[in-house]
Amino acid sequence: MSTHTTDVSDAVLTVRDVGVWLSGREILSHVDFSVRPGEFVGLIGSNGAGKTTLLRLILGLLRPTSGRVTIAGIRGRRRAGVIGYLPQKVGLDADVPLRARDVVALGLDGQRLGIPIRSNQQGEAVEEILAAVGGLGFADKRIGQLSGGQQQRILLAHALISSPRLLLLDEPLANLDPASTHDIVTLLGDVCAQRGVAIVLTAHDMNPLLPVMDRIVYLAGGKAAVGTTDEVARTEVLTQLYGRPIQVIRAEGRVLVVAGDTPDSATPAAGPLLSAQSSHDHPLHGQDRA
Amino acid sequence: MNGFLGTLFAHGLLTSATVQTALIVGCFVAFITGVVGVFTVIRGQSFAGHALADLGAVGGSGAFLIGISQLWGFVGAGIIAAVLMELVGVKRLQGRDVATGIVFGSGLGLTALFLYWDTTIANTSNAAISVLFGSLFVIDTSLVPTVVILSVVALLLIVAIYRWLLLDAVNQDMATVRGVPVRLTGIVFLIALALAVELSSLTIGAILSTALLIGPAAISLRLTKRIGIAVIASGFIGVAATAVGIVISYDSYYWFGTHQNWPVSFCIVALIFISYVLTGAAIAIRDRITRESPVPHSVLSRKAA
Repeated sequence: MSTHTTDVSDAVLTVRDVGVWLSGREILSHVDFSVRPGEFVGLIGSNGAGKTTLLRLILGLLRPTSGRVTIAGIRGRRRAGVIGYLPQKVGLDADVPLRARDVVALGLDGQRLGIPIRSNQQGEAVEEILAAVGGLGFADKRIGQLSGGQQQRILLAHALISSPRLLLLDEPLANLDPASTHDIVTLLGDVCAQRGVAIVLTAHDMNPLLPVMDRIVYLAGGKAAVGTTDEVARTEVLTQLYGRPIQVIRAEGRVLVVAGDTPDSATPAAGPLLSAQSSHDHPLHGQDRA
Repeated sequence: MNGFLGTLFAHGLLTSATVQTALIVGCFVAFITGVVGVFTVIRGQSFAGHALADLGAVGGSGAFLIGISQLWGFVGAGIIAAVLMELVGVKRLQGRDVATGIVFGSGLGLTALFLYWDTTIANTSNAAISVLFGSLFVIDTSLVPTVVILSVVALLLIVAIYRWLLLDAVNQDMATVRGVPVRLTGIVFLIALALAVELSSLTIGAILSTALLIGPAAISLRLTKRIGIAVIASGFIGVAATAVGIVISYDSYYWFGTHQNWPVSFCIVALIFISYVLTGAAIAIRDRITRESPVPHSVLSRKAA
């Protein structure tokens, strides 16, 4: 999906040595990575690991205590248009008469003033993007009546219609059954590959994403390990990250991260899950520095 | 036919200046209140609507004491309350029973005190009825242009931030990332809400104003899945209830030989309530016929999480 050059200048997202303190507590420390155009990056970690904080930093909804976040070379607030954001779910009840296609159309011009008067061309753009995400079948239903997977498709269309360079998704798989999870992951992989849009998403389980992720940012205790899954999902890396014995078990192409006092009892059984990437520094350190 | 129309438009209905003023004021106010109501329900802010009605009543009752028009009392107190609520944070107030109880309680307490003084000091014995149940039939005609202008202002505010309101309702973070100023959206909406609630307080009273705010919206949300249509329908449902309510109230003078008008605010609110129930029944019957899954109707019980 992308070539891993060490050049950061073309990065669509750069998180540089970021630290965050919230109400006297350190939430993130020395988080450092960048994302290139068309790259698929997973922010992986359990609840409380700092995934949401990191996502809000990138979205510009939160300011870092130290370090900086740069989106496509732009610092600060003027990120609209560059970023597309998918919340976990919409805040509307099933009785609110806003159709799925209305939500998608708001992706065109929702930030504008006044009543929308949309051209045929814009109508076609909505149809096109609905077709691309497989959302035509429920485009006329109320957004609040849709299932979690259907809502994710509509929110994806809403985000994509303004051709962002970076898509940020907050736990898109959290409320989905296994079948929908598979469908959404496949769709996201296609979007990433075909549209050249970089995708950064948070998830507590990396496994459904293994086929599509280029790299992961593994968060634990406010620190991050960055690299390909093979580089990061290793017993010694995660043991160092967590600061306690951790065992990474690979079985049938899946990765299990468990607390363990007997490291090295299980060595990686499965082969490389992703195609070999160019070598990086140790994942715990900023391998993206030019 | 003549006989029927004669019964419907009782003696002098169409020529009465009082009725004409009531119709103009009532319909303008009902329309904007219905429009604002849809967004109030979508945003889960009927709580704020109630608060603004209660706090506006302080101004409405205080107006008699300092000799200003009741309209400006309502609107002034409503706007101040809206700004204060924004500063404190509506969302934070919403979940707090104690804060709610104290704020609402003290508001109504002040209203009670002011209404007492209105009667004893300012000698306006009708103040209580007028503040609590509205003054549609006794409105000063010189106020009509002001009411119309304030209604139009509230409507323009809603039109201006229409898309911001929708995106904000879908997801606040998503709206922010899109470039919607969500804080400003909240403030502008609260001011439009304050205008709608206070104008309704003037026409049908502080106690009943939220019925005109939420009722038509609840009905229209049951009827359509197009947001634009729901907004316009809600406005016109409010207008219809108000116009018919005025006619019934006027006509009722001649009913049963009592020569007493039924209170116009009662007539309006009763019509809204009956329409709401009938709409629910009609939808239930339609769903049974078409065997579709019923449209959920938890509108009135909805609160923002």
